[in-house]
Amino acid sequence: MATVGRALLILALAVAAYGIFASIYGARSGRTQWIVSGRRAVYAIAALVTGAFAILEVAFLRSDFTFATVAAHSSTTTPAFYRAAAAWSSQEGSLLLWLWLLSLWASLVLFLTRRTLRRVAPYATAVLLGLAAFFAGLLVFLETPFGLSPIVPLEGNGLNPLLRHPSMMIHPPMLYSGYTLFAIPFAFAIGALITRQVGAADWIRSTRRFALGAWFFLGIGILLGARWSYAELGWGGYWAWDPVENASLLPWLTGTAFLHSIMLQEKRGMLRIWNVSLVLATGILAVLGTFLVRSGILDSIHAFGASTLGVPFVILIGLLVASSIGLVVWRREALRSENKLDSPLSREAVFLANNLVLVAMAFVVFWGTFWPLIAEAFTGTRRALGPPWFDRYTVPLAIVLVLLSGIGPVIAWRRATAANARRNFVVPGLVALGAGALLAVSGAADKPLALAMFVCGAFVVASVGQEFWRGVGVRRAMTGEGPLGALVSLVARNRRRYGGYLVHVGMALLFVGVAASTAFDAARDIRMAPGQTTRVAGYDFTYVKPTSKISTTTDGELEKISFGAIVDVHRDGRKITTLRPERGYFPSRDIEGLGAIGRFFEGEATSEVGLKAGMRRDLWTAMTPDIRALLPAIRQGDRVFEAAAGKLTPQTQARALGAALTGLVNRYSADPPPATFRVIASPLVSWIWLGAIVVFIGALIAMWPGGDAARRRVTAGYAARVSKDLARDDLARV
Amino acid sequence: MQPARKRKIRLVVALSAAVLLACALVVTSLGASREVVTPSELATAQAGVAYQLTGKVQEGSLRSSGSGVDFLVRDRDGTKAVPVAYTGAIPDAFREGREVIITVRKQADTFVGERDSLITKCPSKFTEDATQRS
Amino acid sequence: MEVGSLLIILVVLCAVVALLYGPLRARGAAPRDESADRVAELEARKEAKYREIRDAQMDMRTGKLSEQDFRILDRQLRAEAMEILRALDEEPGHAVADHRLG
Repeated sequence: MATVGRALLILALAVAAYGIFASIYGARSGRTQWIVSGRRAVYAIAALVTGAFAILEVAFLRSDFTFATVAAHSSTTTPAFYRAAAAWSSQEGSLLLWLWLLSLWASLVLFLTRRTLRRVAPYATAVLLGLAAFFAGLLVFLETPFGLSPIVPLEGNGLNPLLRHPSMMIHPPMLYSGYTLFAIPFAFAIGALITRQVGAADWIRSTRRFALGAWFFLGIGILLGARWSYAELGWGGYWAWDPVENASLLPWLTGTAFLHSIMLQEKRGMLRIWNVSLVLATGILAVLGTFLVRSGILDSIHAFGASTLGVPFVILIGLLVASSIGLVVWRREALRSENKLDSPLSREAVFLANNLVLVAMAFVVFWGTFWPLIAEAFTGTRRALGPPWFDRYTVPLAIVLVLLSGIGPVIAWRRATAANARRNFVVPGLVALGAGALLAVSGAADKPLALAMFVCGAFVVASVGQEFWRGVGVRRAMTGEGPLGALVSLVARNRRRYGGYLVHVGMALLFVGVAASTAFDAARDIRMAPGQTTRVAGYDFTYVKPTSKISTTTDGELEKISFGAIVDVHRDGRKITTLRPERGYFPSRDIEGLGAIGRFFEGEATSEVGLKAGMRRDLWTAMTPDIRALLPAIRQGDRVFEAAAGKLTPQTQARALGAALTGLVNRYSADPPPATFRVIASPLVSWIWLGAIVVFIGALIAMWPGGDAARRRVTAGYAARVSKDLARDDLARV
Repeated sequence: MQPARKRKIRLVVALSAAVLLACALVVTSLGASREVVTPSELATAQAGVAYQLTGKVQEGSLRSSGSGVDFLVRDRDGTKAVPVAYTGAIPDAFREGREVIITVRKQADTFVGERDSLITKCPSKFTEDATQRS
Repeated sequence: MEVGSLLIILVVLCAVVALLYGPLRARGAAPRDESADRVAELEARKEAKYREIRDAQMDMRTGKLSEQDFRILDRQLRAEAMEILRALDEEPGHAVADHRLG
């Protein structure tokens, strides 16, 4: 089957090449049958790559070690769920995932738009096929997932235990969905530039939808990564300004900017050059993000570097950048905007400011991420920037961003009178200042930046709340509904607006959570013996007693040995909770050179974090046991087993090993050495996750497809027709 | 003021702000960044200056000190190793033979790692290319 | 390569070729429906314009736009909407406005 898989990919590459030719030929000659054939090429690729992906998945699920990649990344002891996900934990598997997602999304979009965007679609198809050809080419010539194992091993390496967590399995597909989805508006932008359709309402509407979908998935992917880092890794943080993290943030930032500025083009025909540049930049940044993870060009915790992919990616990105700039310059006449800014007191102005801030943030992150390379190019030595530098710039920008998102909903399009603006800002402004005063008095004044973020966050919540309040009032006045019904129908009939408001509230909550947990957290690293206590931020963490256990898989194989602790948390004498941090030791797969017992401590180690999350604060702890005391026993056990190596049957050996390990584990519990604990009490961390959920609910509401504007036709004068159309909509949408 | 002039003023303001930001970035990044070095490049290290060291943890060199760990960091494909004394969070993946990134300052004959600055690269499951940058 | 794999590959190859060649059998260029393109564009513009009018109403009702400003804006937007409807009617592709009610 591996040969079939390989053949499918080669075929996909050929079909992509054909499709590019067919689409462009059809577009230029006007012969639509070639355009249709080109579109079908995309469908064909989707089918072919689905087949290839299925073959790979089946191989993983069956633990077919004739596939080299299965042998390297999975094992019979890996649980089925993770075996399926291990398919994309490898370089070649993740490239296949990228190609698969790209072909699926492209097929879906081209199918849905097959009757619209007729002039743009063929060129967009060609661009998407070009990207598909690139990835298929990588898969065929450089990194094949269907390579065969030279010798078929009895057991594979197994999935890295650090990755055996549900959110780590969903994180790559989500991120890749985001990246590949951003390729679609990119492709349509190229098509629109070539066919001079950048002003077309049709193109604007479609591009906005694609971008929103991409933004949604990418955001989820980023968030899952942060959540995993906080809840699974032993450092207690959620964002490290690591180059690969930053790479996923960049297209998200420019994508957010685009979602706002495209509305300006939709309403006023403004900012055409800016918008098309943003879309192109976002697409390129998505490809760049993929490249950064895969190339190892920057020092990162995620550096999976095999640099064989470095050169092809650089060429691709160079090509994308050059053609984007070329196209924009070539079509600059068609990109002249109709309208300009009417007034600095308008939603347009706020959107513009929002764009500037977001692009500034993206630039800062980009600069900091690529600084090592820039510095090397100019000074010959590589230099690196750490988190404090990033924080210094992104924090003030984030504060301004949140503030703008509170002003935006309250100000009208085109022109808002000063008197009106005053009327709308009074209540939210007072609420914000009141909140600020309260917080300043209760201790937040020590951290002025955090306080500023709190004030801005309060402002956003208040101004959006005011919007909902007034909207419900209007609705009730019109239809006499009860408050709840009015709220539901208000949101249902104005999904984009109120969904968007909800997104802003969610972001405000998220930033407040980030500000609070960064500025006011208290952490300590301490060595404790059982019975000892340490106090952090008024909470007493007591190491009550050690725990230890051996975990086996469902097949009876040993999965890991865990040493942990029971930690009680008290405050003012009252018990708050019990935490159970652990450290798990997975046996190493290397058979040689390691003792029978020792190899259990030479493999991967993971932390199980003890976490008690709350609305007001999180209590977090991780521990590292000191296994040095066990080393003499381990070494002695190794020697015993080595001496008895040839003399025992496998069954007896397994039983003896089991007994020895149990003894070891019990010894730890009976006579535990002091363990090192990291203890953190940080406020409002849950607000980050909650805020994110609110953001995604708001985005879903905004994206929810609804009845299109009336396609009804009524014979009457035009003015009357407009009124009738609108009135019909009002009633129809109840 | 005529709208055209207003637009021009706005453009100038926006561009100036952008230029200012760019300058601020350049200036601070030169000052705030640390040189990225390998162990062999640390031979010429100056005392007290922070460097970002990348390399592999020398097999067999890991010891725990009272408050943290001591280990040697060697070049990816070399043997020149430097001693590092580190306190702070130790990543789960940290192990002898793994690639690490750590901020260090020279102190007498050893290098002191900055607290919590130790990063261990996720163990690579991908084949290392022979031509990988060292 | 085993026979089974070869067979599968051949079948897939045929299916792909059939899929891609299908549309090409129609000889002669199908004339691109220029009018349909314009209608689609105008429909999109109409939808956007209606949304603008509704948004302006909402803004006025929730106090962000004064009555006077709203009246000016509404009149302007409706005029623009009427232009779009007029252009739509000129398109042969757009249904000869059916004389039944919606």
